[in-house]
Amino acid sequence: MEHIRTTKVEQVKLLDRFSTSNKSLTGTLYLTATHLLFIDSHQKETWILHHHIALVEKLALTTSGCPLVIQCKNFRIVHFIVPRERDCHDIYNSLLQLSKQAKYEDLYAFSYNPKQNDMERLQGWQLIDLAEEYKRMGVPNSNWQLSDGNREYKICETYPRELYVPRIASKPIIVGSSKFRSKGRFPVLSYYHQNKELNAMANRAAGKGYENEDNYSNIRFQFVGIENIHVMRSSLQKLLEVNGTKGLSVSDFYSGLESSGWLRHIKAVMDAAIFLAKAIMVENASVLVHCSDGWDRTSQVCSLGSLLLDSYYRTIKGFMVLIEKDWISFGHKFSERCGHLDGDPKEVSPVFTQFLECVWHLTEQFPQDFEFNEAFLLQIHEHIHSCQFGNFLGNCQKEREELKLKEKTYSLWPFLLDDQKKYLNPLYSSKSPKFAVLEPNTVSFNFKFWRNMYHQFDRTLHPRQSVFNIIMNMNEQNKQLEKDIKDLESKIKQRKNKQTDGILTKELLHSVHPESPTLKTSLCFKEQTLLPVNHALRTIEGSNPADNRYSEYAEEFSKSEPGVVSLECGVARMTC
Amino acid sequence: MEFAELIKTPRVDNVVLHRPFYPAVEGTLCLTGHHLILSSRQDNTEELWLLHSNIDAIDKRFVGPLGTIIIKCKDFRIIQLDIPGMEECLNIASSIEALSTLDSITLMYPFFYRPMFEVVEDGWHSFLPEQEFELYSSATSEWRLSYVNKEFAVCPSYPPIVIVPKSIDDEALRKVAAFRHGGRFPVLSYYHKKNGMVIMRSGQPLTGTNGRRCKEDEKLINATLRAGKRGYIIDTRSLNVAQQARAKGGGFEQEAHYPQWRRLHKSIERYHILQESLIKLVEACNDQTHNMDRWLGRLEASNWLTHIKEILTTACLAAQCIDREGASILIHGTEGTDSTLQVTSLAQIILEPRSRTIRGFEALIEREWLQAGHPFQQRCAQSAYYNSKQKWESPVFLLFLDCVWQILRQFPCSFEFNENFLIMLFEHAYASQFGTFLGNNESERCKLKLQQKTMSLWSWVNRPGELSKFTNPLFEANNLVIWPSVAPQSLQLWEGIFLRWNRSSKYLDEAYEEMVNIIEYNKELQAKVNVLRRQLAELETEDGMQESP
Repeated sequence: MEHIRTTKVEQVKLLDRFSTSNKSLTGTLYLTATHLLFIDSHQKETWILHHHIALVEKLALTTSGCPLVIQCKNFRIVHFIVPRERDCHDIYNSLLQLSKQAKYEDLYAFSYNPKQNDMERLQGWQLIDLAEEYKRMGVPNSNWQLSDGNREYKICETYPRELYVPRIASKPIIVGSSKFRSKGRFPVLSYYHQNKELNAMANRAAGKGYENEDNYSNIRFQFVGIENIHVMRSSLQKLLEVNGTKGLSVSDFYSGLESSGWLRHIKAVMDAAIFLAKAIMVENASVLVHCSDGWDRTSQVCSLGSLLLDSYYRTIKGFMVLIEKDWISFGHKFSERCGHLDGDPKEVSPVFTQFLECVWHLTEQFPQDFEFNEAFLLQIHEHIHSCQFGNFLGNCQKEREELKLKEKTYSLWPFLLDDQKKYLNPLYSSKSPKFAVLEPNTVSFNFKFWRNMYHQFDRTLHPRQSVFNIIMNMNEQNKQLEKDIKDLESKIKQRKNKQTDGILTKELLHSVHPESPTLKTSLCFKEQTLLPVNHALRTIEGSNPADNRYSEYAEEFSKSEPGVVSLECGVARMTC
Repeated sequence: MEFAELIKTPRVDNVVLHRPFYPAVEGTLCLTGHHLILSSRQDNTEELWLLHSNIDAIDKRFVGPLGTIIIKCKDFRIIQLDIPGMEECLNIASSIEALSTLDSITLMYPFFYRPMFEVVEDGWHSFLPEQEFELYSSATSEWRLSYVNKEFAVCPSYPPIVIVPKSIDDEALRKVAAFRHGGRFPVLSYYHKKNGMVIMRSGQPLTGTNGRRCKEDEKLINATLRAGKRGYIIDTRSLNVAQQARAKGGGFEQEAHYPQWRRLHKSIERYHILQESLIKLVEACNDQTHNMDRWLGRLEASNWLTHIKEILTTACLAAQCIDREGASILIHGTEGTDSTLQVTSLAQIILEPRSRTIRGFEALIEREWLQAGHPFQQRCAQSAYYNSKQKWESPVFLLFLDCVWQILRQFPCSFEFNENFLIMLFEHAYASQFGTFLGNNESERCKLKLQQKTMSLWSWVNRPGELSKFTNPLFEANNLVIWPSVAPQSLQLWEGIFLRWNRSSKYLDEAYEEMVNIIEYNKELQAKVNVLRRQLAELETEDGMQESP
């Protein structure tokens, strides 16, 4: 708490991000050890986790006060006006400190207490078991074995302890290979594809340079141009700049989308994953994937390729397994890429975000093949940055063990599983065969801007009624109705029996089945928030009855036509 | 019959048909006066049944004796026919060219079409102006029906019956007509029952360079204002364009002569600019090879979504004047037959729940497009593949439908109809067996005797069997004004139209079906619960009676 000087500031204005007329809400700003909280005059709360803050800026003093702009890693952007410069300065300094911690131990996960005992905590961590996962894939088998070479992290520090390698790969071969590969990341099994006719696998390694073709017989090389982390970082930055523009024109939006290159990068990752899946499915070929270090682009391609090949990874649990396997265990540097600690900004890059976006594009093309919905992807994205759970802290397994994360923090997955209902895709068809391979169409027009990710907090840009939420609610309601029918039928049967028996009990007379509350829910305007979140963490926009989105619109609209709201300008605008 | 002369080769065997997402089919090609038919001989079912009037352009190619005709349709589909024999191919091509560009409207298919269904309700009488007016007359007595245009003499592009302020007599209307472009004097387009405000539409005033004025015109539009209230004139041209129009005898309402009105200029593009935009967009969508940058670049360069945004923004502005500012509005551009109608009809979609129902939307199209004199015959004569030298083709109606689709996307439960309904209307506006979209205005339709000689689209659509295809399962009526977002991030390419023939929609269709199943199942369960509950209640009453003798 030593960083907090001012805990409460009154008469703070929260400006609407897209309003050209600078519409605002007035309220009180609170600073806590973990969150910045704004409560407006309608008692609507906006919570911002310190760890989500990517950038705090204090702009030049204006007549109404001192502007404070906060950009978050979950793409929320808030613009406050603090009446006194002094207060603004205090908050600004506090946020600078609080949003950039130097030590892992100061991150939220180490103080977050969901009131579970050690037993529950441990069970939570055991929920996703990678040994089980390799068994599911069918390894070890006659060709593949578990290697104990890296049991003590001696061969490769950024790999997990358990690694699967070909049976013929003896320890000297492994050690030799590791010396030839960047960071000791020798080729290991990432995914083993089981099928009646074929057994093929995708494995992974690190590169730095590439293999001399003469030395690798029976191997075909394919270079797919996925750009490096620096290109991806600046691409996202450009995208966000364009999107944040007030009064954005269609033309500027599309030329900005184009020049940011963002969708080009997404398509490149997708194309590479499809190449991998096709090689395995169509050519029965095994694939070795690597980039330079093998923890960014390699993770993207291996995980996405596995997702195309194996429907298990398209279930809620399977997707968690996939992330644990290809991202967490194989050493994607989450802490560096997400900037968890005050570190090198050049190491930050939206590599995992791109993976989630690729998955989203797949869910758009194959609306019935995924057990989970968009909210699930958004929630995972929320938590890679929140530092609330231990899963994504650290940069590799070895580091995580040293941090004793399993003893000191909680795993995200059991919490998501408990909330499963919110993340179920109502259209999911589990009928699809286990190895139904997805063959996405990657013609450019299939890639759309992911509004619900990059504008998840800008509710005015969203559809006002969500088909998805309605169907989701209806699915839930159907389950309740099925139950009601059973209850009613058994009651009627009971009645009939009793009538024939001529026995009546007073008690039953009063047990008229209460009308199911689900029946009264209307389809329209009962929209749930798109992003189901912990209520304590963040308010649910749009769920408050006072939060009338039609009144928001007038303002939204006025940005394109300020002449309407202040009628005096009408003529002036016309003539200019 | 003239058609026989145009058909040199009525039948060719061993023709191969290539269509997107279907395997190639070999069969016999037949040309009739109005259709191109290909049937595979194996099972004797028609594989293709294409109206000549749906053909926008054709290309032919030859490789040795094998000819290929590529047919580009007005609904943007492209199909290919491989025809053995050069002469046959040339004959077929020239026949198609001639038959798809018939000069005389009375030779068009609607005049020959005999419906295979029983007409339950004659669509020609489904939306009579008198009936539509009754919806208003219960709420207001300030308006009346005028028959001043009975013989189409006052305004050739207006219907015989229009709604005007009660205090303005027909004589004054004649004078106003002389002051407005094309005789299009201000008439009522929409009455907002909530606050009595109205949308009127007209052609531009013919002020010319010397600032001509017309007292009757001023009186007419002032008659629509409440005491002490101001109104808005929304001019769908930029101020610059409106000023230039004066040189050609047109112009806009001068502040000095219309002191109670504030004029707002919103620029909506017209004619060939829209047509070029459509051509570019369809070209971009049809090219599967370009990389991401090129695709986004071409999508942007087509400007289609910019036009969508302009039109929607102006419609929102109009609706905002009515509902939020409590002010009446007059809308016009130059002729008042294109952008004006886009704005008046979309404003109604936003403001009025009825126009979001199937019948209400049909009534809206009848009122605000057909009777209001949108020149369908000219605008929809050609589509995206025909590079016309004429300037009257323009996808004005398609842009309107696209705007409706955008609102439907944002309010998926507020419309009784679904996307298929909009697509169907697009198809029929360009090529149809029905007479509804023939002609450029009521006067022409009258002369063509369409009511007697052709079938109305509504006669077919409004049968229960057809309606079910166009009904939105998510619809739940609400009485709200629905304000769409016009931010570029909220607008989307209408894939159902523009990517329809460029990618398979199998998975999306299946998902839609599943959604319908869930909704149907829900209804079923609710009905069952209600029955059981009633049954239980009855049993309980019986028990109660038995117990208390």
